[in-house]
Amino acid sequence: MSSLESLTALTREASALAGGLPMARLGPAESEVARQMQICNACRYCEGFCAVFPAMTRRLEFDAPDVHYLANLCHNCGACLHACQYAPPNAFAVNVPQAMARVRHQTYQTYAWPRAFGALYQRNGVVVAIALTLALAAFLAATLAARGTLWQTVEGGNFYAIFPHGILVGMFGPVFGFACLALVLGLHNFWRDVRPLSPSGGAAPIDAAAGAQAAHDAMSLTYLGGGHGEGCHESDDGATLWRRRFHHLTAYGFGLCFAATSVATLYHYGLGRIAPYPFLSLPVLLGTIGGIGLIIGPAGLFWLNLKRHPDHGDVSTRPMDRAFIALLGLCGASGMALLAARSGPAMPLTLAIHLGAVMAFFLTLPYGKFAHAPYRVAALLKFAVEKRMPSRLRLGSD
Amino acid sequence: MSDSNQPSDSWDVVVIGGGNAALCAALTAAEGGARVIILESAPQAWRGGNSVHTRNIRCMHDAPQDVLTEAYPEEEFWQDLLKVTAGKTTEALTRLVIRESATCREWMRGHGVHFQPSLSGTLHLSRTNAFFMGGGKALMNAYYRSAERLGVAIRYDTPIDRIEFDGKRFVAAFSGSERFEGLTCVLACGGFESNLAWQREAWGQNQWGEWTADNFRIRGTRFNMGVMLRHLIDQGADAIGDPTQAHCVAIDARAPLFDGGISTRVDCVSLGIMVNSDAKRFYDEGEDFWPKRYAIWGRLVAAQRGQIGYAIIDAKAIGRFMPAVFAPEKADSLAQLASQLSLDPKTLVSTVEAFNASCREGHFDHAVLDDCHTEGLEPPKTHWARPIDTPPFFGYALRPGITFTYLGVKVDSKAAVHFAGEPSPNLFAAGEIMAGNVLGQGYTAGVGMTIGTIFGRIAGAQALLACQQSERTTHVIA
Repeated sequence: MSSLESLTALTREASALAGGLPMARLGPAESEVARQMQICNACRYCEGFCAVFPAMTRRLEFDAPDVHYLANLCHNCGACLHACQYAPPNAFAVNVPQAMARVRHQTYQTYAWPRAFGALYQRNGVVVAIALTLALAAFLAATLAARGTLWQTVEGGNFYAIFPHGILVGMFGPVFGFACLALVLGLHNFWRDVRPLSPSGGAAPIDAAAGAQAAHDAMSLTYLGGGHGEGCHESDDGATLWRRRFHHLTAYGFGLCFAATSVATLYHYGLGRIAPYPFLSLPVLLGTIGGIGLIIGPAGLFWLNLKRHPDHGDVSTRPMDRAFIALLGLCGASGMALLAARSGPAMPLTLAIHLGAVMAFFLTLPYGKFAHAPYRVAALLKFAVEKRMPSRLRLGSD
Repeated sequence: MSDSNQPSDSWDVVVIGGGNAALCAALTAAEGGARVIILESAPQAWRGGNSVHTRNIRCMHDAPQDVLTEAYPEEEFWQDLLKVTAGKTTEALTRLVIRESATCREWMRGHGVHFQPSLSGTLHLSRTNAFFMGGGKALMNAYYRSAERLGVAIRYDTPIDRIEFDGKRFVAAFSGSERFEGLTCVLACGGFESNLAWQREAWGQNQWGEWTADNFRIRGTRFNMGVMLRHLIDQGADAIGDPTQAHCVAIDARAPLFDGGISTRVDCVSLGIMVNSDAKRFYDEGEDFWPKRYAIWGRLVAAQRGQIGYAIIDAKAIGRFMPAVFAPEKADSLAQLASQLSLDPKTLVSTVEAFNASCREGHFDHAVLDDCHTEGLEPPKTHWARPIDTPPFFGYALRPGITFTYLGVKVDSKAAVHFAGEPSPNLFAAGEIMAGNVLGQGYTAGVGMTIGTIFGRIAGAQALLACQQSERTTHVIA
């Protein structure tokens, strides 16, 4: 047995014994996290970087729910890999961000609703490509069917002249509704397994302070700051804040675009004001600012993803990451193009492309990279709740 | 001092080594404008020597500072070192290290080092030791990045095997046939702990005819072969220290031969008993707090037959000490545990029974020097003595784990290497290779990094000064 194999066997044995649980309950990716946490728990140098390590120190054993919780708490910032005395070529071969990323990919599959759709996370790049192709084809064909051409100036830039409002609602409503349902049920499955328990064994209460902290950590991306606030790692051991900035542009850009659509819906039904709206109206302003974010943000995230160190995270999920980022960018860019082109002859074509991109986005929403958001927020909430409870361990803090 | 017309193989400061002391010297000299090259024997992936395994630096302070609580005045720091070294120290150099430690962290921060509060399970260190965020490898990464920004040349895979001297004066360093000429040189290439043959020779054979060092594990780097240390001594440099003195702790016997680092330690000794291969106790497990005693157990185990010890605890200890990286042997009876550990069951049972019978249990409190002690037992256990009577029982086999050796070159307060009592004008030493000037024996957590940081900076500053005084560069500076 090589020294690496023997160390791996020894630490696996250690986590199995500590837990008193057969490691067979854990798959290879999960038991690798358990093995690495056993090593990290005896070292703890990385405690200041993020929430994962303080959460780890509350445990002596790492069963499947612990592993999935910790994996989703990990933001893949890379700090602990570059700082690790046990990272390869050391025989202990610790790479926490990579081991966590592999388990996260399993979390998405294991807890997906319906369960069979979890398979869509595998070869996710292909899934997104097919969804986008079909959605684009459908909207281009529908536009042709409605107008007989893709190139025609429509009076007043009125989208509803091509697709009446009711038809759009009829198409997007159910798809959006299903996406929300699938995500909520997936999250429900996850929470059932990982929810924090009170010392008495029942579900721990979630107080407002814990909720506020989780919301703050999620919305400000606290753990892409590296603990020192200088940021996370991309291609090397230098810290940068660009991932956090681009993620903010993307997430808040998406939020503003979503708000634009919501306001427009209110205008439509509540105020009887029918689109198109002028440039300085609330829906267009929100959509414009959001759209700019949704172009710059994904472009930046894509660029960072391309230059990310191969040891960061799980390279096999990069097609999923990039497909999602590219699709978000396409939604943003096509939306802005539509705004620019709405009074010209390119409007029908641009509209079909934009609607196709948005449709593909919502179709794949519960079965792609977006899933990281609900699971991450749930893990942050558990961390915030758990942190407020006393630790069961007294590891000689003397 | 930078002069692009200089031949590329001629430097102001040649730094031999690539750990904390080397980088502190290189950064200090480069800040002053010197042309510096770092010659690291390890490949890039293994750079940084033992520093990558460290986690904190012991610092004096008269009032609370960011991550440091209360105060740790000079005199207390000095007394701590006096105690652990049993007086085998050089007061002037030690006090210099202590005083400079009060202000070095601002400089460290300036080079990108971040500090974090004391780690969980180490509250006792929050007053004396400032922890590096992410540990020593993160610190080394920050220093290397800073060195690159300052234009320091860095060569990996470049072990130096000899130095060309002109009397006491450094002329050049050689890596094979490659020659690195410099106005000055800083030696910061560690002790000789990775050189197993040297360790074997230094420790020799014990009363049972065993080669003691054959059972050692090296907790840190595999690259500290002591080539420069031996070369310097052979060239007439004044040596200091005993080759068998080292930072030596008892670590899990299953630890890898090199680079097991901190995780291979086993922190349960003070919660139970320690026996040797005869299943007999041999030292007071409760003499003092574990952080003050962990560094004596390596030598204690090294003195036992087979260089092995067994820490025995019961279920009461679980959850009270830092988790170990490997699982202990576990059994429902002591006899069963003994056979799993290849100890004589009868002897272990009688050792534990004698221990249990002598325990005078008071109020157990692992956070203070409590009143649970043994009576009429030799050796005694003076604190935290509670009967080992609650199954399951657990046992860890422990071996001596060498962190770094103390045999080194003698230096003065300018970090100058001495030859027959006279300082070299341009050869300086820092870090483990001269730590023996401060640590004649014993250890206290984080002081290795204090010595490396302070003497690294002194060596760098003195090398810079020596460059500026050198005729060869006066015209360039002007």
